[in-house]
Amino acid sequence: MSDFPVIPVGDVLLVSIQGELHDALAVRLQESVTTAVQRRSARGVIIDISAVDMVDSYLGRILAEIAGCSRLLGADTVVVGMRPAVAITLVELGLTLPELRTARTVTDAAAVLGVAMPITDTASSGADRRGAR
Amino acid sequence: MTTGPTAAALRLQIRSDTDLSLVRQQVRAKAQEAGFGLVQQTKVVTAASELARNTLVHGGGGEMELAEVAQGGTRGLRLSFIDSGPGMADVDQALTDGYTSGNGLGLGLGGARRLVQDFQIDTRPGAGTTVTITAWAQSLGSAVHR
Repeated sequence: MSDFPVIPVGDVLLVSIQGELHDALAVRLQESVTTAVQRRSARGVIIDISAVDMVDSYLGRILAEIAGCSRLLGADTVVVGMRPAVAITLVELGLTLPELRTARTVTDAAAVLGVAMPITDTASSGADRRGAR
Repeated sequence: MTTGPTAAALRLQIRSDTDLSLVRQQVRAKAQEAGFGLVQQTKVVTAASELARNTLVHGGGGEMELAEVAQGGTRGLRLSFIDSGPGMADVDQALTDGYTSGNGLGLGLGGARRLVQDFQIDTRPGAGTTVTITAWAQSLGSAVHR
């Protein structure tokens, strides 16, 4: 049912958003992640947005709602890999999303969540590649 | 080089959320062509996404008109979002952060204005809404701070 790889790693779900996310897909993302949190008894969710070139108020709200739903189910959410241009734009837009926790890399996010992260190479590679450019 | 047939205004329908994706893609492509830097591109694409969503959600659908503009040696994009929906009675209120007539965050209109250099709104109750923004390849400050 999902267009998004929701990868369980230990107690955490890794979600990598790829490419253009139109509104209906964003809603499906929210359902996929929330369902997976319950099914996998996840303690944390890490959402990698390093491939996302624009976050508007709609997508920002979806990310905040995913974090809110996961929180109700007992899992914390950390968003990683936001591009600098996206961060600048969000602040000017007035959308600072204080309720959304962020980290630079998947490894940092795992530390924020206080969980062991046995495998991080694949999911953090997007952010790392970008940093190296 | 911006004269001639290639400079003709481009019109895109805004009837569904997949149209919003097409709007973003077209605005991104034209901003890149016009020499916008990455931050300026991201700002104008985000502003376009907010305004196109307003056209769809509050205006009941409509269209975007995209034209390249130039001033001195600077290139820019002028985008108009046109609907024939219910229009707005109080523009100042609609531009206030947190005000929403729908279920959004109420940041769309005021937020979009902060992301571009020029912002015009033409609306009357019952007469639809046209929002026109202009963004330049080089940052000249936002429509709010000037």
